[in-house]
Amino acid sequence: MSSTSIDPSRAHESRERRLTLMLLAPALSVVVALLVVPLCWLVWQSVRQDGGFTLAHYARFLHDDVYWMAFLQTFRIAFVVTAATVLLGYPVAYLAAGSSRRTSLLILAMVVLPFWTSVLVRAYAWLILLQRRGLVNGALSDLGVIDHPLILVNNEFGTVIATIHILLPFMVLPLYATMQKIPRELTMAGASLGGTPLHVFLRVFLPLSLPGVVAGMVLVFVLTLGFYITPELLGGGRTYMVSMLVSRNIELYNEWGAASSISIVLLLCVFAIFRLASLLIPFERIMGAR
Amino acid sequence: MKSGKILLVTLVVLILAWLMIPVVIIVPMSFSGARFLAFPPPSWSTRWYEAYLANPGWMQATRVSLTLAVSSAAIATVMGTAAAYALNMSTSKWVRNLQVILMLPLVVPIVITAVGVFLVYANVGLLATMTGLILANVMLGLPYVVTSVLVGLRKFDPVQEMVSRSLGMNRLRTFFVVVLPQIRASVISGLLFAFISALDETVVALFISGGQYQTLTKRMFTALRDEIDPTIAAISTLLTAVSFLMVILVSLSARAETKKSAEA
Repeated sequence: MSSTSIDPSRAHESRERRLTLMLLAPALSVVVALLVVPLCWLVWQSVRQDGGFTLAHYARFLHDDVYWMAFLQTFRIAFVVTAATVLLGYPVAYLAAGSSRRTSLLILAMVVLPFWTSVLVRAYAWLILLQRRGLVNGALSDLGVIDHPLILVNNEFGTVIATIHILLPFMVLPLYATMQKIPRELTMAGASLGGTPLHVFLRVFLPLSLPGVVAGMVLVFVLTLGFYITPELLGGGRTYMVSMLVSRNIELYNEWGAASSISIVLLLCVFAIFRLASLLIPFERIMGAR
Repeated sequence: MKSGKILLVTLVVLILAWLMIPVVIIVPMSFSGARFLAFPPPSWSTRWYEAYLANPGWMQATRVSLTLAVSSAAIATVMGTAAAYALNMSTSKWVRNLQVILMLPLVVPIVITAVGVFLVYANVGLLATMTGLILANVMLGLPYVVTSVLVGLRKFDPVQEMVSRSLGMNRLRTFFVVVLPQIRASVISGLLFAFISALDETVVALFISGGQYQTLTKRMFTALRDEIDPTIAAISTLLTAVSFLMVILVSLSARAETKKSAEA
């Protein structure tokens, strides 16, 4: 074969590559045009002022208390919500993974149904339940537990409760996926070797379920960092999360430089958390687990 | 151990009840005859449903949301399925890494996505247009379709595709005749996920929708900021009913698939 003739397998390979790119192009171009390009644009805007380069927007992080308060409150809420979803989600996933097919399907259905309900609808439901003359206050005062209605909403408490409710399925599903794969023989072997149930759970089951715990925690933490609807509706102006700081800077003050720099810092936090988590478990596992 | 198990079951029942109550409570509230929210409602009526149906503003917003959800889900499904097929067949690591870009809409906090889309649309004149809304929701729906279809394709035996092509069928026909019927359930579940995601999407709509093209969720959000109007309960019940219908459709299509593969 002369060196100028085209190698048929080569031709085939380049045809395959062209096809791959053609099939990927429409989806990729939508995401690039509407997400990647604007993200780069935000980076650019965050270092510009009056036509020149500036770090002033980032410098505000050092001395503007509003920034600090928003980031502090956001991270505090994210920690509380993550801890609560682990504590509530673990027993649910544990029971689902250890039950018969029918029972576990029933449990999962009850976890998934709220998951499919609009976030707006669930925020509204919590507003009804928790407001001053809402159902919870009504029930408590009927029972004689309280004299005055408790302030359960329009504050951080209401925001946290609703956020836990919205994000609990994101914890249960990866936990269940991991627990389901733990072979029953292992815990049975542990028991037959004389371990007490608690001991077997702590030494065998719990360590094996940890990848699911990490996946769920990362998802819940990162999603909480970006929450907007819930604090806006249930926070009553007293809960000020980073996402609200971003939208206020645009809607009220038209401060694009400030909004951009806050967005970039928040985004870097999210990427850093994913990066840290990917040292423990593969990224695909976090995303695929849902 | 027995008492431990009882404790666990009780705990889980309580947690599940806590999960379900807010979703369920909306339904009786929406049939209340009273203007204020009391439970149980002092009287029953369908007045809030009538108020919803009689209000041209709510109806227009509903039309916008439904058109938006149907068209963006359809487009996202076609684009996402093509992309997932390409990702699955490619052996190059470089191409496979492109999947990360397609997952970005799920990873980036939604407010930042909304600000970004607003920035682009303000410059190309797509603010408060149907095209703009559809495109944004196509982007948000893509990760669901790609993930779901990839799961289906990984279960599919590629030898079948090779056999069909060696028998002379071209790639396109092979895809529609051999591959697609076998990954149908994953494609449908991706489609329904994209539909629900577009129907419920609020934050991006707050930034980019407006005027004649205001989505149902944007109107609901604005209404909720002002007062707790029971009309919202009626709309919420309807939205929840649509979501539940989708869940049932997904599980039915998944069941049909397992049944078929069990017979084969």
